Amino acid sequence: MDYLKAFVIGGIICVIGQILMDTTKLTPAHILVIFVTSGVILTAVGIYEPLIKYAEAGASVPLPGFGYALCKGATEGVKKNGLIGAFTGGLEATAGGVAGAIIFGYIMSVVSNPKTKD
Amino acid sequence: MGLKRVGNQTVKLENPPSIISTASIVGPKEGQGPLKEYFDMILEDDLWGTESWEKCESKLQEEAVRMALTNAALSESDINYLFSGDLLNQIISSSYCARQLSIPYFGLYGACSTMAESLSLGAMTVDGGFAEKVACVTSSHFSSAERQFRYPLEFGNQRSFSAQWTVTGAGAAILSSSGEGPFITYVTTGKVIDPGIKDVNNMGAAMAPAAVDTISNHFKDTGYNPDDYDLIITGDLGSVGKAITSDLMKEQGYDISEVFNDSGVKIFYHEEQDTHSGGSGCGCSAVVFAGYVYKELLKGSLNKVLLISTGALHSSVSTQQGESIPGIAHAVTISNSIE
Amino acid sequence: MDRLNKKEYEKYAEKKIPKPTYFKNIFWAFIVGGLICTIGQLIRNWLFSRGLNEKQVAAGTSIMLVFMGSFLTGIGVYDRLGKVAGAGSTVPITGFANSIVSPAMEHKREGYVFGVAAKMFTIAGPVLVYGVGSSILVGIIYLLFGGGR
Repeated sequence: MDYLKAFVIGGIICVIGQILMDTTKLTPAHILVIFVTSGVILTAVGIYEPLIKYAEAGASVPLPGFGYALCKGATEGVKKNGLIGAFTGGLEATAGGVAGAIIFGYIMSVVSNPKTKD
Repeated sequence: MGLKRVGNQTVKLENPPSIISTASIVGPKEGQGPLKEYFDMILEDDLWGTESWEKCESKLQEEAVRMALTNAALSESDINYLFSGDLLNQIISSSYCARQLSIPYFGLYGACSTMAESLSLGAMTVDGGFAEKVACVTSSHFSSAERQFRYPLEFGNQRSFSAQWTVTGAGAAILSSSGEGPFITYVTTGKVIDPGIKDVNNMGAAMAPAAVDTISNHFKDTGYNPDDYDLIITGDLGSVGKAITSDLMKEQGYDISEVFNDSGVKIFYHEEQDTHSGGSGCGCSAVVFAGYVYKELLKGSLNKVLLISTGALHSSVSTQQGESIPGIAHAVTISNSIE
Repeated sequence: MDRLNKKEYEKYAEKKIPKPTYFKNIFWAFIVGGLICTIGQLIRNWLFSRGLNEKQVAAGTSIMLVFMGSFLTGIGVYDRLGKVAGAGSTVPITGFANSIVSPAMEHKREGYVFGVAAKMFTIAGPVLVYGVGSSILVGIIYLLFGGGR
C-alpha cells in the first residue's frame, strides 16, 4: 500500500512539473527553483507535512520534499538553538543529499566523459 | 562611386568569380540523413581523435579547406585570403583553423549566416581584383554549440518542438577569378531585422523576417522573379521558419513556394532522427551548399540558385538579460552561366 | 518588413509551432516520476528494517537516490530517460543529482577547478540558494512568532 501511495503522489507532483514545462516558457532550472521554494513555503504553512506522512517517499523524493526537509530542519533548529538554528537547521537536515551530490558528481566527472546526444 | 551596385542592397559582380571546388565534412548524425550521398566525408564519431569538441570543430574546418584545395589541385600558398567563421565565443574554431593554415585570414561572425557572408566577401574581393583565389569556410558542432548556448549534454531535459539541432560539419569553397563556374553573380547583403522574438527555442521565427527582407530586396534590386531560380534555399530556418517565410513572401507579392527549400529541413529525416524543427548552425548551410547545391550545379540539374544563409545574432548573455533575438540573412546568386 | 507588428508577429509565430504531445508527456512524467518515488519508498522501508531512525533513514534515502541519479548520468542514461520522462525525471531528487553531475562532467576539459568544481552548481546552485534562503527566512519568522522555546 505504501508503494502505491508513493507511486501515485510522486507521479502527480511530477505531472504538475510537466504541465508547467509544456505550457509555460519556464526552463528546467526555473522549475527546480520553484519546486524547492514551494516545498519550503507549503511546509511552513503546514500543508506539506501531512502529505509526507501520507505518501512518505512519494512526497519526500520529489524536490518539494527537499524544500520540506530544509524548512523542517530550520524550524527544528530554532526550537533547539534559537536564531542560530534557523541558519544551521536546514542544511543540517539536507547535508546528506547535498554532500552526496557533490562527491558522486565529482567522482563521476573524473571517471566518465559526456557522450553526445543522438 | 559604387559602379557595381544595383538597387539598395545588391552588388552585381562584373567579373563573377568561379567556385572551382568545395568540400564538406559532416558528423555521424548528418551522415545518416537524406543528403549523405552528397558529403565528401562522414565522421564516425564527433571527436575525430581530438580531446574536445572545440578542437574537433577547428579540425573540421582545417580539413575541409585542405580537401577543397586538394580537389582543385592547389596549395595553401595559392590562396590569397581565408574568410571563415563559426558559432563559438571569439570564433575560436576559425582562428585555430587559421593557425594551422598559412593563409591571410579574415575572421567573420554572422552566426549561422556566415557561409553566405564569407562567400559574399570572398566574391567581392575576387571581383574587385584584390585576390586571385580565396577560400571560404564555416563550421558548427552540435556538442560545442549545445554547451555554449543550451544545457550540458547529459542533462535530462526535453527539447521543444520549435527547437533545432545544430549541425556538426564544415563546408569550404574555393573562389577563383578564372574558371568554368558555377559563378557567384550577385551578392545581396542583409540588414539586421529584429521581430522581437525572445524564445531561443524558436530561432526560425526570429530569423524568418530577415530572410524575407533580404529575398524580397534581392528581387527588387535585380529584377529577378522566383521563376528565374531553380532553387531558393535558406540556411537554417527549420520547418517553423520555412513556413513563416513562405507566408510572409506571399504578403510581399512573391510566391516562392515552388522553388523554396531550407537547408535545415533538407539535412535530416526529422521524424526518425528526432531533430524537431530541423538543422541549424553555420555548418548547416555550409555543408548543404558545399555538398548538395554545388554538386547539383555541376551536374546541371540546378542551374541557378539563390543561397540565403540566415543568422540569429544573440548570445547567451543577451538572452538572459531578456533581449530579443535579431536576425540577419545574406544572399548570393550562384549560377552556371554569366549573363 | 518595416511594418512588422512585433506583438502580432510573436502571436503568429507561436501558432506555427507544433504543440507538445501533452498527453504522452504527462503519462511518462507520471510513470517515471512515480517509479522513482517507489524506489525511494523501497529504500526507506529497507533502511527502517535495518533499525535506522527517521533522520538517518531520510538522509540515507537521499544519498542513495542521489547516487543512483549520478551513476545513471555518468553512464549516459539519464539524459535519455529525461527526453522521455521530462519532469518525471527532473523533479525527483535524482534529477537534482543529474543537474549537478551533468555540467561537472561536461566541463572536465576546462580543468578540475574552473571546469568540474566551478560548473557543478550552474543549475543546482540556484536551487540551493532559494531553498536554503527561504528556509532560513521561515526559521526566523518561526522564531519571531515564538516558535523557539
